[in-house]
Amino acid sequence: MSETFLLDGEDIPFEPGQTVMQAALAAGHYIPHLCYHPEFKPHGSCKVCTVKIAGRYATSCTAPAQAGLDVASDTDEVNELRRTLVQMLFAEGNHFCPSCEKSGNCVLQALGYDLGVMTAGFRHLFPDRPVDASHPDILLDFNRCILCELCVRASCEVDGKCVFALAGRGITKHLIVNAESGRLADTEVELTDKALAVCPVGAILIKRQGFAVPIGERRYDLSPISAQALADAPRPPSGSQPCPSCEDEA
Amino acid sequence: MPDTVELNVLLDRHPRRPESLLQVLREVQEVHNHIPPGIDAAIAEALGVPLARVRGVAGFYSFLSLEPLGRYRVLFSDNITDRMLGSREMMQALCGKLWLEPGKVSEDGLVSVATTSCTGMCDQGPALLVNGRAITRVTHQRINEIGELIRAGTPLTEWPAGFFRVDDHIRRRDLLLESDRMTGAALTAALERGPDAVIAELEASGLRGRGGAGFPTARKWAACRAAAGDERYVVCNADEGEPGTFKDRVLLASYADLVFEGMTVAALAIGARQGFLYLRGEYRYLLDALEDTLRQRRAAGLLGQGILGRAGFDFDIVIHLGAGAYVCGEESALIESLEGKRGIPRNRPPFPVTHGYRQRPTVVDNVETLCAAALIAMRGGAGYRAIGTPKSAGTKLLSVSGDCARPGIYEYPFGVSVRQVLNDCGASDALAVQISGPSGVCIGDAEFDRRIGFEDLATAGAFMVFDSSRDMFEVARNFVQFFAHESCGFCTPCRVGTSMQNALMDKIAHGMGTRHDLEELAKLDRVLQGASHCGLGHSACNPVLDTVKRFRPAYERRLQSLYFRPAFDLDGALAEARRMTGRDDAGAHIRGES
Repeated sequence: MSETFLLDGEDIPFEPGQTVMQAALAAGHYIPHLCYHPEFKPHGSCKVCTVKIAGRYATSCTAPAQAGLDVASDTDEVNELRRTLVQMLFAEGNHFCPSCEKSGNCVLQALGYDLGVMTAGFRHLFPDRPVDASHPDILLDFNRCILCELCVRASCEVDGKCVFALAGRGITKHLIVNAESGRLADTEVELTDKALAVCPVGAILIKRQGFAVPIGERRYDLSPISAQALADAPRPPSGSQPCPSCEDEA
Repeated sequence: MPDTVELNVLLDRHPRRPESLLQVLREVQEVHNHIPPGIDAAIAEALGVPLARVRGVAGFYSFLSLEPLGRYRVLFSDNITDRMLGSREMMQALCGKLWLEPGKVSEDGLVSVATTSCTGMCDQGPALLVNGRAITRVTHQRINEIGELIRAGTPLTEWPAGFFRVDDHIRRRDLLLESDRMTGAALTAALERGPDAVIAELEASGLRGRGGAGFPTARKWAACRAAAGDERYVVCNADEGEPGTFKDRVLLASYADLVFEGMTVAALAIGARQGFLYLRGEYRYLLDALEDTLRQRRAAGLLGQGILGRAGFDFDIVIHLGAGAYVCGEESALIESLEGKRGIPRNRPPFPVTHGYRQRPTVVDNVETLCAAALIAMRGGAGYRAIGTPKSAGTKLLSVSGDCARPGIYEYPFGVSVRQVLNDCGASDALAVQISGPSGVCIGDAEFDRRIGFEDLATAGAFMVFDSSRDMFEVARNFVQFFAHESCGFCTPCRVGTSMQNALMDKIAHGMGTRHDLEELAKLDRVLQGASHCGLGHSACNPVLDTVKRFRPAYERRLQSLYFRPAFDLDGALAEARRMTGRDDAGAHIRGES
């Protein structure tokens, strides 16, 4: 019999090495999250998955599961904190859901609805972020990037290319691509890359596919994100050819 | 394409590994005053890292730039103590003299003038950096001279030596600062005791980390010694970035032997063969002297193979320079930076004692901690334990600056009262003291009997004094700007929250604030305090919380009486439309918003 911890009063079994988030999702219990992805080592930057463990805040995607933990996730206090974090992400970039192709498939938008974010909360920063439409098949719209680093991780750890990276610091942190020109068209990116499939928002889009599935019939139109916990249960990465220069990080 | 031969010579000074990236970039920056196009790709190729990572690292550190910033790059230290000494006015004066806007490069590519976070010269400010070299005691006359030298294109090597003078200003000595120059005595004693006994003496001494957190040093060393693995590292954290702190600068300038002796004792205790001194970029001017000291110690058999004739005791030290990133003072961010990466704090556990530099067991200790460890290795722990208070053994170096007659370094046994320090430094009209910098606490005059120590006021050493003429709102605002500038950007709450906090403080400063904004500041604190990835975010709201609590009138006199007011003026926004339509009737105005 496996060991368990408590999540909002319910017993959650876990395997050694799992984090609180991984065990919860595998057991069908949803903890809101953005930068966590079932195929990647968690890195804990968005903080939307923050929970309270024994009265202290912790990042559930990186906190190791341990027998006997008492984890509070779906509480007014923790959800209020998450709402504020989601508001911060909306305020930091330029997110216009009504005109975004990702609407309905967007994790940020789905979280906003699910957590009940009703107001802007912050004065929006309206950063100036030009798009990169250089690639014939792929659009990079930095306005919608939430800096989750999933494409960075996928490109290095799975595609073995390191097409994406982060530059800048603090509020000027931004996504860049690996080309002398700085343009996506001049990178090694290919349509089959894992990095293109993991973007939770509308920052990386395949051209000419935007409305193949009509709005209203998309993933989070059909059922709220909180009802889809099992879809994010941990699973091995699809493909694995780590970038030689990044192996130490994988 | 810049000279590739020159680049190869530079590259040859470093192992051609990804770990060398930051050091290579820093040296290229020093030669070219930026990282020229093409060179970044050549570096990527030589070190075997993606070009995007080279650019990512270059963009993380304030002192590196992919864009040209002029043959002279002037950076004014922007700590509150510099501002109190007139740095802002002097920056304006220099810009005026050079026909320049702050933050912009002159059209002829000659010069740029901007600000940088505290350069650690608070006792002899205002201070600035020219091409990374520290200049202290800036006056209007000195500004004029600097303007002339820049316009004449005079090389820095020909500037008056007095500009670059940095004084120790040691005002009070105790145990540590009274110790003699250490060339092997502590090491000899440590070798005689043996590693286990050295750690036992440290345990007996009660020594706790001097970087502010106060972790028991013996426990850290013992954990690292016990950790699995056959390669271990000793890292001296000399990334003294907390605004208002400069005691490590003085230790490195005048007690370097003691620092290296402490590192070597640590190496003996944990079984390390390699050490790093992580020196903040602002202290670049100390590098040559430190390298000299290392050479002397190698020649004296105190570093290298078979130290002091003991076969198998091999240890050496490499100096790694930072490049302008406060967050690298956090030990796991420092390790990332040592590995040549962006200085992002790691997820913990695992901790550096088991998974540090290159995932090997690593001890990271503050400069002052290592000095104290050397003394304890030599004299034993009991004498050290006898000084100070029950939970805070030994002495503490304070970096005193601000409104006082005698700013500088004061060493006290733990337990000294704030009032005592104020008396000793000649602060006769103190209104407030910022203890341990922006991430520490701000106390008012009702609390001056509180004591320095882990029981009460834990501190990394900063002690900034503000007299009754100072506006504590502006003090807090300076610190808020600091945190927003230094946030690494990894986690959402700190990356966005520090900027939002900055915007709220600006709103209040511009007379647009309300009580609602104070509540918003408190809300931001809950998010940063609760959800941030590291200590920077956790403490980023402290300056505002402390000053709101203790100096509320400084905020309230700026507040509008309305409960809420937008940061912009609704009616004012219609002014242009009124002008264009020629209307000015009641219907063309928005009134009574609330």
